[in-house]
Amino acid sequence: MAKMLGSDAILRSLEAEGVDVMFGIPGGAILPTYDSIARGTSVRHVLARHEQGAGHMAEGYARASGRVGVAMATSGPGATNLVTPIADAWMDSTPLVCITGQVRTNLIGTDAFQEVDATGITLPIVKHSWLVQDVEELPHVMKAAFHVARTGRCGPVLVDVAKDVQEAAIDFRYPDGVDLPGWKPPHKVNARQLGEAARAIAAAEKPVLYVGGGVVNAEACEELRELAEAGGLPVVTTLMAKGAFPESHALHAGLPGMHGSKWANWAMNKCDLLIAVGSRFDDRVTGKLTAFAPGAQVIHLDVDAAEIGKLRHADIPVVGPLKLALAGLAREVGRLREEGAEGPSAWRTQIDEWRDAFPYRYDRDGDTLKPQTLLETLRDLTAGRDDVVWTTGVGQHQMWAMQYLVCDRPRSFITSGGLGTMGYGVPAAIGAKAARPDATVICVDGDGCFQMTCQELATAALEGLPIVTVVVNNGWLGMVRQWQEMFYAERFAQTHLTHQVPDYAMLAEAYGCAGFTVDSEDRLEETLDEALTCGRAAVVDARCDPEEKCFPMIPAGAAAIDILEYPEGETVDA
Amino acid sequence: MTHTLSVLLENKPGALARVSNMFARRGFNIESLAVGPTERPDVSRITLRVECDQHSLEQIEKQMHKLVNVLRVSELEPGETVERELALIKVAVTPERRPELLAVADTFKAHVADLGPEAMIFELVGPPDVLDSFEELVRPYGVKELVRTGRIALPRAASRRTPRPQHVLR
Repeated sequence: MAKMLGSDAILRSLEAEGVDVMFGIPGGAILPTYDSIARGTSVRHVLARHEQGAGHMAEGYARASGRVGVAMATSGPGATNLVTPIADAWMDSTPLVCITGQVRTNLIGTDAFQEVDATGITLPIVKHSWLVQDVEELPHVMKAAFHVARTGRCGPVLVDVAKDVQEAAIDFRYPDGVDLPGWKPPHKVNARQLGEAARAIAAAEKPVLYVGGGVVNAEACEELRELAEAGGLPVVTTLMAKGAFPESHALHAGLPGMHGSKWANWAMNKCDLLIAVGSRFDDRVTGKLTAFAPGAQVIHLDVDAAEIGKLRHADIPVVGPLKLALAGLAREVGRLREEGAEGPSAWRTQIDEWRDAFPYRYDRDGDTLKPQTLLETLRDLTAGRDDVVWTTGVGQHQMWAMQYLVCDRPRSFITSGGLGTMGYGVPAAIGAKAARPDATVICVDGDGCFQMTCQELATAALEGLPIVTVVVNNGWLGMVRQWQEMFYAERFAQTHLTHQVPDYAMLAEAYGCAGFTVDSEDRLEETLDEALTCGRAAVVDARCDPEEKCFPMIPAGAAAIDILEYPEGETVDA
Repeated sequence: MTHTLSVLLENKPGALARVSNMFARRGFNIESLAVGPTERPDVSRITLRVECDQHSLEQIEKQMHKLVNVLRVSELEPGETVERELALIKVAVTPERRPELLAVADTFKAHVADLGPEAMIFELVGPPDVLDSFEELVRPYGVKELVRTGRIALPRAASRRTPRPQHVLR
């Protein structure tokens, strides 16, 4: 027991949880806790320029490290600015503890200055939340917050602490355990379900592993690889699972979905057994759900029972921790294979043929810099390196990054999937860099996205977190423009941003970062190399073809099997 | 099909809001909801009526299980459950017609909770369909105001293999 203030108890709790970095901005209702920071803590605080930035930094930190991300903000607007990152973390199952100040307990409910109902506003987008009005509850709430954020299916929690609670005295002792009788995530796997799944896998002629971000959260990538190799199973990884299985592995069968490869989509849609692992049949993956993988039996492995059968009936459900489930399945499938069951070699040959027949394609001829060329150059510049972490914003550039970058390691591709949060890239990169200071962290951003959170360049410059941001600057809200061109008769309503305003290199310099501009292939490699090796936070303004569209594409609501390729007559093999 | 769910949840601030919010945000419709204390002071019971198909029902149960404050969710089978509801019904009635209305009420064991010169309030507890019937019968007199608690329910005292107690109205 140690006498201290509630605000100190918050810091001591973070320390007890092993938190090394947190991200935030002070303000009135959280001032006591910032005073505790000033009085000393082992937790490094990274000062963001906007609470949304702090939240995405915490997300980037969590995704890069596998640890719980921590963001701190004041009440009212501080809390509402955290709503977007909380929603983002909810959709992508990112473990996050958000700590917000709240007005004094005697003012709660009176519409006091900077009062919002933070727990109410975030109710649908958190795993759980607490409004702490009694300092005695604080240590238990902090313990429970970290426990809930990282157990079962990962996700965000909110701890809203009244200002007078932060100022109140407490005999602090961090609890050893939690008292959460209603929180019982599955901790084991049903052996019968597992056996059934293994037999179905061994018997399948055209099986596909459909792997989602849950495998990364479960730290089960090794077990996934064991299963794939034991069964000779092709592995499709979703956007959230990019890198969960080595993309250069012979069994990797591409990325599916709206802008995935035609061959990956075909593999999923023509398989006879779909083994979904930590994935959730998102509409951006399935296209028209009723036409998705029509001939497939489905095995669904997930730690969240509610995902099983939510969108697609699971013939064989396997609920439980994926690490256990995949390890058990790998053992069982390996045993069945040894007993003489044949691997699906004809099916793998078929997928390889599709891979050769339908590569990503674009037309490199012309005067303008193609975004795909930019991504290919980045890929080649970093080839063979194991220290690179990519982050992206949301839109065309994100999809090109997904298509052209090659990730062989989990946690090396950090992106906003479910919520599709523009502006995610720069702050997520800063968070990733804070988690992994030795890594080369590169944010591939769009010009629209960049302008939503570029104030965090100041954070990168001043906190010694040198990230490299490559702005795929096509002067438009590119993905929206693409839809307007294809589906709204080329009526380009409110999507033109221009290549020139702002001047991104000058903006970077203004924020204390290095700025570069490139608009042709000539100096592309040289410029990118310079940015990557300058040792400072850097921004490369890569001015690209404004009219380039992202293909392949499953039009919204269409069947995934009917994916559109790069328009005929314009295609050149990349 | 309409299902009755019995949900045990921790008696904590905001616990009910989390349950009702989950229904709202996932597009499930609550027909009735009654919440109150149980034999344990730290636990409340919600009795919910939802109109949905089997697939939605499974989703509802699974999503509710994920809420940290929810301790248990179970579906109550119609034949295996004791269900009750309370109604207060204010019926317009002149002094001359009171006797016939009271005769109707007596048949249903409805109590007179309040009496005024031009109206009376009945209090009736029973299975929801009995409340429906009573409501139907007094409607011609003119129902001025009506409130029902929504049903509460418990699984029967005995399992299905043992004899059940006689169905008794209060």
